[in-house]
Amino acid sequence: MTQKKKGTDPSKEKKRWEEKTLTPILKKSSEQNRSFTTVSDAKIDRLYGPWDLEDFDYMTDLGFPGEYPFTRGVYPSMYRGRLWTMRQFAGFSTASDTNKRYKYLLSQGTTGLSVAFHMPTIMGVCSDDPRSSGEVGKCGVAIDTLRDMEDLFDGIPLEKVTTSMTTNAPAAILLAMYVAVAEKQGVSSDKIGGTIQNDILKEYIAQKSWIFPPRPSLRIITDLLAFAKDKVPRWNTISISGYHIREAGSTAVQELAFTLADGIGYVQAGIDAGISVDDFAPRLSFFFNAHNDFFEEVAKYRAARRMWAKIIKERFKTDNPRSQLLRFHTQTAGCSLTAQQPLNNIIRTTIQAMAAVMGGTQSLHTNSLDETLALPTENSVTVALRTQQIIAEESGIANTIDPLGGSYFVEALTNRMEKEAFDYINKIDDMGGIIAAIERGFPQLEISDAAYHYQKQLDSGEKTLVGVNKYVMDEDLPIETLVIDDEVEQEQKKRLGKVLGERNAEEVANTLGALKHAAENSENLMPRILNAVKAYATLQEMVDTLKGVFGEYRDPGYL
Amino acid sequence: MARKLRILLGKPGLDGHDRGVKVVARALRDAGIEVIYTGLHQTPEMIVSAAIQEDVDAVGLSVLSGAHNYLFTKVMELLAEQGADDIMVFGGGIIPEDDIETLKEQGVGEIFLPGDTTDTIITWINTHITPRGDNQ
Repeated sequence: MTQKKKGTDPSKEKKRWEEKTLTPILKKSSEQNRSFTTVSDAKIDRLYGPWDLEDFDYMTDLGFPGEYPFTRGVYPSMYRGRLWTMRQFAGFSTASDTNKRYKYLLSQGTTGLSVAFHMPTIMGVCSDDPRSSGEVGKCGVAIDTLRDMEDLFDGIPLEKVTTSMTTNAPAAILLAMYVAVAEKQGVSSDKIGGTIQNDILKEYIAQKSWIFPPRPSLRIITDLLAFAKDKVPRWNTISISGYHIREAGSTAVQELAFTLADGIGYVQAGIDAGISVDDFAPRLSFFFNAHNDFFEEVAKYRAARRMWAKIIKERFKTDNPRSQLLRFHTQTAGCSLTAQQPLNNIIRTTIQAMAAVMGGTQSLHTNSLDETLALPTENSVTVALRTQQIIAEESGIANTIDPLGGSYFVEALTNRMEKEAFDYINKIDDMGGIIAAIERGFPQLEISDAAYHYQKQLDSGEKTLVGVNKYVMDEDLPIETLVIDDEVEQEQKKRLGKVLGERNAEEVANTLGALKHAAENSENLMPRILNAVKAYATLQEMVDTLKGVFGEYRDPGYL
Repeated sequence: MARKLRILLGKPGLDGHDRGVKVVARALRDAGIEVIYTGLHQTPEMIVSAAIQEDVDAVGLSVLSGAHNYLFTKVMELLAEQGADDIMVFGGGIIPEDDIETLKEQGVGEIFLPGDTTDTIITWINTHITPRGDNQ
């Protein structure tokens, strides 16, 4: 056996390098006069090396893909086995119009559907309510009753596609509608797959589309968890979402910390409701943002996987690897895009999508270049989808697992983000958990401070935004945007009126009565919701019934 | 000495995207403007009644849901009905170019887009809005 060659100590060599090689150069020509920080304003060193990873242990810190602590990926073969799901979020106008966009996206190689609901549906309000005026079909599809859901998936075989539904406060009702549509297609609920966002905690923190107060909202969620475990076992029951936390202006570390803190809140709520961790934790998935700072984002995903594995193993005491692994969807950062020089958004999105793929995402939505102006056109959404396909099939990035693993910089950044995120989680634990923290406005205020800090950096030019505070030019808007006709509102009200005229009023009243009874008692709400859905009760009728029992949440308006 | 400008910032409609409006609120306060923020999910009626009650000099609306044409117009109509159309309305959000033109023709003072700096907004306010005179 040959003896290993003993090298010199890099830490000592670093000092020598700084004195002998670097300093003379810096004296002649100094570094750029700017701060070297991530987009989240975390300080970045000049050079990373083994001195940054003194306690690094391959097996404890990284291990192998598909094994604890899953830093390098949740599956043993990752993209060599199967590429991520290319899932473009879509929804606008009426269910029939969105149905056409879905069929187009499927024909262009998208591999999963994702439903954007319009604001009234997300807030549990029907299209004929005065609060919906001007909003119908504008930034999502209008769903008032089961009839709309039937039209939305008309001719799309639900046993063959998976669907992600972005809805939270009324998630239980919309999942029930999807189950009912599948049944009508002759597909039993155990055959359907997909994800429902159903992450109400982040609504109070960031996205702000709530209906009920936090505690009854959690009860609706645990009812859904218990129902899905038996009836919809292939469904991802909560997509714990950092995306909106980041869009609301958080730093990357805050996104990581508050998302995992929400996850802890759900797992604890499930356990408190008497469900065993291994019965629902494997169906929890996550949803992260991909912002501009490439390495910070890659480190965030890697830290997230390792942290969640530790949380499930150490805090919730299960060794079941299915419960420990953090699978996640990524969306490129809408908030990073600019209305100025919109073609630049294609480049931003490409960098962000590459970070998501190098970070090991299971599913990806790339934003379209025109989304700071309107919903995407067919052309712009095609470019966004092609971005993913080029990364997947031309760039070579998907050829190997965790290609940045072992980079001194990436590992040091991953460790640092994990530490800072756990500091936040400890602080939240000290406050009595995430609901208590939300009730005192802690995550909300941390995020709004970060958002303001970032805006000031942009305003002062300390951080660059190309086309906005640097390389600005006068321009005529070079792109077409999608316009949703105001007639959609009238059309949707007519469709709703028709359903209301055709349904059996007595059956509706009975099913709503049964729902109210279930809400007042601790009976699982899901079977009652499913019955009301099938009777064509409207979304708003069901929501109002529950509001009568649970009350409503109002914006504390933290500034 | 003229009194401070008083501006009501409102989030009409159902969308919950309040990052922009909150950043603007804090920037205006830092610039010495008095800010009243309505919170989320307000109807145009609620916003107009708050604006009149608070005797503000201008109303800034933030809309990202696509419902801007309806909501901006409705707020201006209601202000006019109350004889308060000397309260300037401006705003921001995800608003297409063509709609900006139309809204300005209808009397909206200015529309700011993602990427506009808070300095741009403050400069515009200081140039275009003056205290409406002491009604006390």
